[in-house]
Formats: sequence, structure tokens, C-alpha cells
Amino acid sequence: MNDIALVIPEATLLAFACGTLLVDAFLGRRNPAATFWFAVLGGLVVLAELAHSVPDTIRIGFAGTYRLDVVGAVLKTFIVALVLVSLFYAREYFRKRGVSQGEHYPLVLFATLGMMMLVSSNSLLMVYLGLELLSLSLYALVALQRDSLQSSEAAMKYFVLGALASGMLLYGMSMLYGVTGTLDLPDLLIKVSVAGDKRLLLVFGLVFVLVGISFKLGVVPFHMWVPDVYQGAATPVTQFIGTAPKLAAFAMALRLLVDGLGGLAEEWHQMLILLAILSMGLGNLLAIAQTNFKRMLAYSTIAHMGYMLLGLVSTRASGYAASMFYVTVYALMSMGAFGAIILLASRNSEADQLSDLSGLAKRSPWFALIMLILLFSMAGVPPFAGFWAKWFVLKEVVGAGYTWLAALAVLFSLVGAYYYLRVIKIMYFDAPVVSERPEAGQDLKLVLSVNGLAVLALGLMPDMLLRVCLDATLSYPPWQ
Amino acid sequence: MQLDLPLLSLVIWLPIIGGLWVIFAGSGARERGVRYDALIISLVTFALSLLLYRDFDLTTASMQFVELHPWIASFKINYHIGIDGIALPLILLTTFTSILVIAGGWEVIEERVNQYMGAFLILEGFMVGVFSALDALLFYVFWEAMLIPMFLIIGIWGGPRRVYATIKFFLYTFLGSVLMLVALLYLYAHAHSFNLADLQATALTAAEQRWIFIAFFLAFAVKVPMWPVHTWLPDAHVEAPTGGSVVLAAIMLKMGGYGFIRFSLPITPDASASLDSFMIALSLVAVVYIGFVALVQQDMKKLIAYSSISHMGFVTLGLFAMFDIYAATGDWKNAAMGIEGAMVQMISHGFISGAMFLCVGVLYDRLHSRQINDYGGVANTMPVFAGFMLLFAMANAGLPATSGFVGEFIVILSVFKANFWYAFAAASTLILGAAYTLWMYKRVVFGEIRNSKVAALTDINGREAAILTALAILVLVFGIWPAPLLDMMHASVQHLVEQVAQSKISVAAYE
Repeated sequence: MNDIALVIPEATLLAFACGTLLVDAFLGRRNPAATFWFAVLGGLVVLAELAHSVPDTIRIGFAGTYRLDVVGAVLKTFIVALVLVSLFYAREYFRKRGVSQGEHYPLVLFATLGMMMLVSSNSLLMVYLGLELLSLSLYALVALQRDSLQSSEAAMKYFVLGALASGMLLYGMSMLYGVTGTLDLPDLLIKVSVAGDKRLLLVFGLVFVLVGISFKLGVVPFHMWVPDVYQGAATPVTQFIGTAPKLAAFAMALRLLVDGLGGLAEEWHQMLILLAILSMGLGNLLAIAQTNFKRMLAYSTIAHMGYMLLGLVSTRASGYAASMFYVTVYALMSMGAFGAIILLASRNSEADQLSDLSGLAKRSPWFALIMLILLFSMAGVPPFAGFWAKWFVLKEVVGAGYTWLAALAVLFSLVGAYYYLRVIKIMYFDAPVVSERPEAGQDLKLVLSVNGLAVLALGLMPDMLLRVCLDATLSYPPWQ
Repeated sequence: MQLDLPLLSLVIWLPIIGGLWVIFAGSGARERGVRYDALIISLVTFALSLLLYRDFDLTTASMQFVELHPWIASFKINYHIGIDGIALPLILLTTFTSILVIAGGWEVIEERVNQYMGAFLILEGFMVGVFSALDALLFYVFWEAMLIPMFLIIGIWGGPRRVYATIKFFLYTFLGSVLMLVALLYLYAHAHSFNLADLQATALTAAEQRWIFIAFFLAFAVKVPMWPVHTWLPDAHVEAPTGGSVVLAAIMLKMGGYGFIRFSLPITPDASASLDSFMIALSLVAVVYIGFVALVQQDMKKLIAYSSISHMGFVTLGLFAMFDIYAATGDWKNAAMGIEGAMVQMISHGFISGAMFLCVGVLYDRLHSRQINDYGGVANTMPVFAGFMLLFAMANAGLPATSGFVGEFIVILSVFKANFWYAFAAASTLILGAAYTLWMYKRVVFGEIRNSKVAALTDINGREAAILTALAILVLVFGIWPAPLLDMMHASVQHLVEQVAQSKISVAAYE
């Protein structure tokens, strides 16, 4: 009974996900809005439950496989909130493109359930279960546009590479289990530190585990799927993949690397440095060459995840807070950027080319301004939230003694600034190709405006979110 | 009467909020009507900054009008502002120039007028913020945020190659700034504070200081700009609309000099002392070499841009010659004179370069050409204008009784005490500056009327005359009687020199 109390939000979400499936099957044909509103209701209820479930201590249940702690509760709250916002964007997209896809909503809820399990996992097995539930839902979401060649290709690629990465992860986990004889993360933490001459074998397992994490985050050299999937999937699906699952992937990294393999920090932090440098470099450089906006954002994601890893590199609690802040802010910015593509989309155009943005400042000054905020924020220019995100991880890197890495990171951000500026140039300096104002429902306009202004507000007043991230990771027992 | 208002905050935030108001209130039918709102906002801001001057205590070097509120409590970052005698003249220059820019774009800007006026007002607020921030991170936020309106101003209202120019401008400045951010973070790791006073008091070893100095150098040298990182400036100046050029030349360049004064010299005094010959060499190259480059320009705006770089060479020369002056004379008082000269040069260059760009703007608005060859004999059709331009050209050449003379003269005089050859090279500007400025003036204004377009020119109208008159008065007043300016900064410069004279290395060795 006590165990169930631990997972009330998850159980509710499962009920709503199944319910959404039924609602869609029985009411969806006649009334497509019913599925949407039921999913939104589910999200709201779960959010309310999460808000009441922040624990003061770590609580462990289900035979040690599941844990409820502050960092998990906060991340789950952020994830569900982001999912909820993305549902509104998705509805508007389907309305504009004139397609009705009720399957989207239950799949999103199942993916969310996977994310929540991943965030709360306390054993290797639970990590894997959560990850698979998330990934399988995502594959299906990408493949949902059956008649689009590009979507099918993207889904196939995602699935094959994803399966390979899962295999690697399992292989790594099996090695860890082979050495330590436990799947339990806290147990693993203790046994790793006394592994003695078996340490090399553990490092071998660590490498494979890191491959799995890197694939999920989409960092170089495990980034191959990112551009194709981002471009090929329908925009709200890309938006979904680019936001909440990034938080889940961060949680996965935290659980595995810090909670489980903290004793190998000496090894993994060096690997992370390499991954971060490659991602920041390659992601930013390749983004320059793109003409498709979604593909450009895909490379930009790769670079951003590189920056996010910098916080973990510092291997201290405030560094994890920095990564958490980064990934949260990134999700918010990325949500808005894809939201702008949805705003521009119409019945016969996906509007995902950079040229579709041309002259937006004349066509819709307000949304051009919102985009301006989002893009400068992604480039890391104050006074927007993206600046504080970069600032925080850089501060941690410098504090950990890697000043050269911080200098390298800011030089890559200079490269990044170039392609964000190019988008602003297209919006503000180029003449519009089409002259009509982008048409969209009031709810989308409201959500997108709030989204952009939130990035500005967080830039002016970042203290609250910083505080939340710092508290979440400080209350979390740091490995020694 | 001492008003109980956060006066300094008002000077920062009134234009920012006013600028947003202008942008939003001016969409649609009132697009041109909001020009009046913008002008009133800039006038009120200037009036408020004059109140700062009225209540400013000239006798103390400590910060005045200090406001301190927690901003990001988790990291002890504060909304901490205040001004001393170095910041105050620059703030006055900023608020004054902004009025000219708003008035200067009155009829000329026809497209998106509300956004133009709003962008300049927001920019004004950010610039005042830069000059008054006492928290390094607050400074950085203003410093970077400033790039956004400027980027848009050049890109939207600029000339044919505006996109290239504005992206180059942004990336160049961004490059320097991000490395400064790393340096600030390094300092934070030592001092656990972003408070400028704490950073200035932090002990650092010689090697640390050298790295930090280089990072700061990149940020500020790009802004000044010093040779060889000056190449963005001619492009940005040429392509920017007149108002953009004026703000760039009159205020933004000064931020480089201000940064050296506020950050490089007091935070890394020993590195500044050991690298001073490097800085002096770069300054002299700027003064002499860029002076020659200016001589061959065919484009008026480009010529003034190069002349700006050359004149800003005096600023860095005056700042970094202080160590040699002290070594030669054994008296920090003489060293302080170099810094005061640099400050006067910054203010005076603000007036003169602003005026020169406005003059070119006047011509460009009529003929839509900046090429010297397209003009000739302008004096015949625009006699009043020719008179104004003559005054500013003379000031640019450093004629005594104009403010241009005072700054250059003080710097040359103090540098003379350090090394005769420094002063010799620097003094060559008096010849070079006269050559390029007056030669341009001759080709544009004097001579026969070259073509029918020049023959059809009309003289300046009341608005333009008012702007140029205001500047002319200031150029003359500070040329004849610079004492108020010097009095304002005297105590603060003294304090700065005392700070710089104190080595930080020995303290660092103990810790």
C-alpha cells in the first residue's frame, strides 16, 4: 500500500493514457476535441498531484526499484508542464494542416509515463523500462504520418539506431551487473567504490552505458538520428521530442552516472568533456549550412546538449543544478522555436524552410519579436534566459578548474551566434516573400506569446528557477 | 532640494520603458506621431541626468547615487549601480547625444519610425546602464544587451551592405565580450563576488593577471577599436544610418575606454604595467597608420570612421602611458594627467565625431551619396552648413579653442614626460588629422559647383541648424574652458591612479 502512494501521479497518468485511447476510439471520430481535452485534463490532474508530492526525504519503494526525491519531483513537474504546453501546440498544428490524429495524444501520455519512470528509477532495470516505454512511444509518434516518405524514413532510422543504442545500454548494464551483482543504483554506488582490480571492467561497462545516454541526449558522435528525425517528423512531434525527453535524458544521465556510477566520476567526466567539445563544435558548425529550419534547430540541439553536459563535467552538486537549469531553459526555448514553425504552417505548407520566415517582422511584428527573443536567448545573449543557462554551466566549469574548456565553449557559442543572427536577418532585414499575416487560433497565439515572454522574464529574474534547481540538487545526497 | 528618487535608475529605465512604449504605441496609424513622444522622453532623460550633475559631489572619489538591491540572491549578484567622476561625463554625453539622434532621424526615417525611435531609446538606457553598473555581471548584461538594438538599427535602416556590416559588428564585439565573461567567472571563482569593488581588491598572481588582462583587452580593444581589431568599424559606420553612426562613434567607442579604466587598470594593475609598451605601440600605430589610411578614403563616412580610430588611439595612449610617465618622473600626479587627457579626448571626440557624422548625414539625405567625388562647391548652395562643417572639421583637426585640441594636447603633453618619441609620433596627428579632414572639406565644400545635383541643394533647415548649433556651442565651450569637465573627474582619476599604483602580486603571494 505504501508503494502505491509513491506512484500516484504515475498511476493517474497511466489511467488517463488508457482513457485517452478509449475516448479517441469511441468519441474521436465525431468529436476530435474530446481526445485533446481529456489528455489535457489528465496532464492537469497529474501536475496537481506532482505539486503535492514533493517529498522532504528520499523515499524508496517497489523493492528498491523506485525512488521519490526532490530532484525527481521537480523534473517530473517540469516534464508534465512542458508536455501539457506541447499538447496545445499540437492541436493547433493538426487543425491547421487539416489532419486529425487522435493517436497523437495517448502516445504522448505514454511517452510521458516513460519519462516519469526514468526520472524516478532507482535500479538499472527501471531505467531501461522507462527508457523503452519512452522510446517506443516516440518511434510511433514519428511514424504517425504514414503517407509521408520522409516521416517513414525518419522513423525507420530512429528505430534502428535507437534499438542499437538500447542494446549497447543493456550490454553495459549487464557488465555492471556481472561485476557487482546488483541492479540497485545505491547498491551499485557502494560496490563500485570498492571494486578494486575489477574497476577496468566497470569502466568498460560505463562506456556502453554512456553510449546509451549519449544517444538519448543526441550528442556527437551519437547524434546521427537527430537531424533526420527532427526534419522528418511532423512539427509537433519534433517539438515534443526536442523538449520534455531532453529533461528525461538528463535525469537518466544523473541517475546512472551520479547515483549509480559516482565512483567512476574520474573516468566519466573525461569522457563527457570529449562528448561536450565534439557536440558544441560539430553541432554549431553544421547548423550554419542548413536551409531547413527544423534541421538547423536539430544541429542547434546537438550543440546545446554539449553545453548542458558541461555542468555534469564539474562533478559537483551545483554543477548538476547548472545542467538542470540549462536543460529546462533549453526546453522552453526550443518549445517556442518549434511553436513559431507551427504558427507559420498552413494547410499546404509545413513552413519549415528558413525562407518561410522571411520578412516576418513586417508580416507580424509581434511574433517576430517573440522569435527574436527566443533566438537571442538560444545564442546566449543577455538579458534572456539562455544567457543565464550558459553562464551557469560556464561558471561551474571554471569553478572546477577547466577555464580552457569554458573559453572553448564560448568560442563555439560565437559560431552559434552566427546562425541565429542569420535567422533574425531573414526575419527582420529580408523582404517578405508572401505578404499575408500568419493565421492561427487565439490559443496558439497566447501560448506562443507566453512562451516567449517567459524566456524574457526568466532572463530578467532568473533567481527563482536557479533556486529551485540548486535546492533540488543540494538536497540530493552528493557522492563523495 | 534633494528629491528622494532613485535618480540613476530613472535615467536607465525611463528610456527603456519609454522605448517600449514608443514601439507599441506607434504601431499602425500613430507610427510617425510617436516621434514627439520619443523626443520628450529623451529630453526628460537628459534633464534627469542634469539633476545628477547638479547633485554630484565633486570632492569625493567614492561612488554616488548608489542603489543596491539583491537581484540573483543565489549567487550574490546585485542590482548595484552608482557613478563617479569618470562615469558621469559619459552618462551626460549619452543622454545628450540621444536627443540629437532622435531629432536627427526626424524626417529622414520613413519606414518603421516607431521601431527606429524605440530602438534608440532602449539603446540609450542600456548604455547608461553600462556606465553606471557596479556589479560586473550587471555590467555584462547591459554591455551585451546593447548589441541587440544596434544590430537591428544597422540591419534594418542601414545602407546596401548593411547585413554584412551588422553581422560583422555583432560577431566581432561578441567575440571579445564572451572571453571577458570567462575572465569574470575566473575572478568570481577567486573572489566569490561580482561586486566591482571586490574584484578590484582581489589579489592575483602575475600570470593570472596577464590572462585576465588579455581577455579584457579583447573585449575592450574591439570596442575602442584598437588596431588591428578595428576592421568592423569602417563597415558598421558606413552602412549604419546617420543616427547609428553617431551613437557608435560618440558613445559606443567610449565604452572600450571606460572598460579599460573600470576593469583592466584596477583589476589587473601589474599586468597593465608590464604590458603597457604593447598597448602604447598599438595606440601609436592607430594614431599614425590609421591616420594615413584615412587620407586616401573616397567615402566621407569611411574617412570619419578611420579618423575616429586614430583619435581613439589617443585615449588608449593616455591611459597606458601612465606607467612610463611614473617611471620617468616619479610622480603619479603626472600620470593622472594622461588619464584626464584620455577622458577629455573621449568626451570631445563624442561631440566632434557625432557632429561630423551628422554633417555627412545632412549631405547624404539630400544627395544620397557619400562619395567625396560626387560633391564640390557645396559652399555656394549651402553657406550656413559650410560654416558649421568648417568648425567641426577644424575641431576634428585639433585646432586650439576647440575641444578637439584640449584632449589631444593634454595627452601629448603628459606623454612627452614619458618619452619624446611617443609624443613625437602622437603629435603627427596634428598634421595628419588636419590633412585628411581639411582636404576632404576642401573637396566637398569649396571649389566650383561640380554638377547639377549640387547646384540644386538647399541649405539646412531649422531642425538641422538647431542640432548643429548645440554641438558647436559645446565644442567651443569645452575648447575654451574645459575646467568643469576636469573638475568633475579629478577626484576619481586620482583614486584610480592610487589603485593602479598598488601592486596586487605581493598580496597574492601571501594568500
